[in-house]
Amino acid sequence: MNFINTNLPYLLAGISVGGQYALIAIGYTMVYGILRLINFAHGDVFMAAGLIMIYAVTVMPLYVAIPLTLAATVLIGFLIERAAYKPLRTAPRMSVMISAIGVSYLLQNLALYVTGGLSKMYPTIPWISDTVTIGTATTKMVTLITPVLTLILVIALVAFIQKTKIGMAMRAVSKDFETSQLMGIKINSVISATFIIGSFLAAVGSLLYFTNYAAVIPTSGAMPGLKAFVAAVFGGIGSIPGAVIGAFIIGICENIIKGVGLTTFSDAFTFVLLIIILVFKPTGLFGEKANEKV
Amino acid sequence: MTKKISTSTIISAALVVFLFALVFVLEKVMNPYSMLFVVLKKGAIYALVAVSMNLLNGFTGLFSLGQAGFMLIGAYTYAIFTIPADQRLSVYQYFDGGIIDFSIPVIPALILAGLAAAFFAFLIGLPVLRLKSDYLAIATLGFAEIIRAFFQWDALGPVTNGSNLLKKFPTFDSTIFPFAVAGICIALIVMLINSSYGRAFKAIRDDEIAAEAMGINLFKHKEMAFVISSFFAGVGGALLAMYQTTVQAMAFKSAMTYEILLIVVIGGIGSVTGSVIASFLFIACSEWWLRFLDTETFIGAWQVPLLRSGFRKVVFAVIIMAVVLFYRQGIMGNREFSVDRLLKKRQKFIEKQAAKKASKEGR
Repeated sequence: MNFINTNLPYLLAGISVGGQYALIAIGYTMVYGILRLINFAHGDVFMAAGLIMIYAVTVMPLYVAIPLTLAATVLIGFLIERAAYKPLRTAPRMSVMISAIGVSYLLQNLALYVTGGLSKMYPTIPWISDTVTIGTATTKMVTLITPVLTLILVIALVAFIQKTKIGMAMRAVSKDFETSQLMGIKINSVISATFIIGSFLAAVGSLLYFTNYAAVIPTSGAMPGLKAFVAAVFGGIGSIPGAVIGAFIIGICENIIKGVGLTTFSDAFTFVLLIIILVFKPTGLFGEKANEKV
Repeated sequence: MTKKISTSTIISAALVVFLFALVFVLEKVMNPYSMLFVVLKKGAIYALVAVSMNLLNGFTGLFSLGQAGFMLIGAYTYAIFTIPADQRLSVYQYFDGGIIDFSIPVIPALILAGLAAAFFAFLIGLPVLRLKSDYLAIATLGFAEIIRAFFQWDALGPVTNGSNLLKKFPTFDSTIFPFAVAGICIALIVMLINSSYGRAFKAIRDDEIAAEAMGINLFKHKEMAFVISSFFAGVGGALLAMYQTTVQAMAFKSAMTYEILLIVVIGGIGSVTGSVIASFLFIACSEWWLRFLDTETFIGAWQVPLLRSGFRKVVFAVIIMAVVLFYRQGIMGNREFSVDRLLKKRQKFIEKQAAKKASKEGR
């Protein structure tokens, strides 16, 4: 009981961060499932959502700023796919990955230019920034909202993929890219839909994530992005429930390590976990086994 | 058997000698603080690291993103072993002067830096090199991050100085030094690429399964390419430490690896000379030629829009995206710049002219 009492704040923070990682990780896992691409720019889209929010609240009320942020982030995700990935659809996978790294570099430099290199204060969103006390721990409301909201969004997404026509098309494309094209599925619109969903969830994640942090800087997206990707790999890339479970495990472990006093290693731990998983179970917890064809 | 020395070899050697002489003379006559020398020094260092990355990505087909981590190991190894004994107390001020109380000369330290990086690469390669393409990329990227965290760990402070700066180690003044070290290392890499091992690497790149069927030990050759590439990345890291005069683990982020990867792509994946040319261009653009974009400029009373701090990097990133999207071959594709080819081209040109003349006269 004593252990739980002293570690409760870290556990709560872990669950909260885990939920935020989960929202980013879904974007990675869906894109990878369909395009077999590690979308290195996804973390930077997440950062861009944070910056858009900061600029939006300076000129408009909050209830307009939040929908606008979501819409603008979705637009960014859509445009990135159209401009940087679509022209390379027949190119080798390595070229697309390099293009993703290039987009990430561009977004970071653009953010650096727009902010002038200054860190921007994230606005306080009423209600979700309120303080609450649970047992021995004092935390923000966002800590409680995140896991609930994450679960609602994930259930909605899974229902979307299982029940709707476009969801069915997504599953078909991720099974076999070329055959689904022959079956009359418009892969470009399916891929666009994937990016739109991924960016939307990343934007929601950024609203929750940056509430816990004072400021957004151009490289704010890099680390959460990488960790969310690790979560996606951990859960089995291509699997949405896998990504969510992976994200919660990583978020909780990372914060407990911080609680033990090894803060330097909280980032490194994620990657140790990644390498262990890749070596012993390369397809992750729920991933499908891929056979290599000659 | 004696090898015949062809004219093209002589011309190539002469070009290299001329280049070194040019750098030497320029340094004597020009202002030593000119941006040109910054570009030449940093360009030479990046050229070495880019070529080492190209050995992996371009010639062996291993998509590794761990270069910054190995540079970090090289930079730290060099710095730790060369800080003069009497300076250690001031550098390791929080750790009672550290636990190492000797220092070694520069050249052995450079080699040691390479060896340390190679040793870590050997250990990391054992589990990681069995992974395929993008999984390998993300695992090596992860290792670079782990290494960075490890070097900042306070418990290792007596050796690495924790997250504080390492400084006061010997550095270089002359541009010739990085040129010579990078030149020798790149020459060694080129010799490796042209050896039978190099051909095995290329076979693995083109088709792993076919290569294995031909009797190439996949793991052995991949591990070899990985270790050798890391050795040179380590030496490059040590040179970078000398250039910067201070080392801090913070600086070796994945962004550094991305920059080097972009240099390799711009130069052409699978071209050593391409990587070298692209390094100098990349550094020249980012440090020198595009500087004007960062300063607010007025033409008469009209202020040129957009120009302010940071715009240079945006333009730069757009150029890189354009290369990646529309000019995928890069500067050199997978060819090399060689005197031999130029000579042949000239020969062909002359023959063509002669043929034209002949056909005209025949008419």
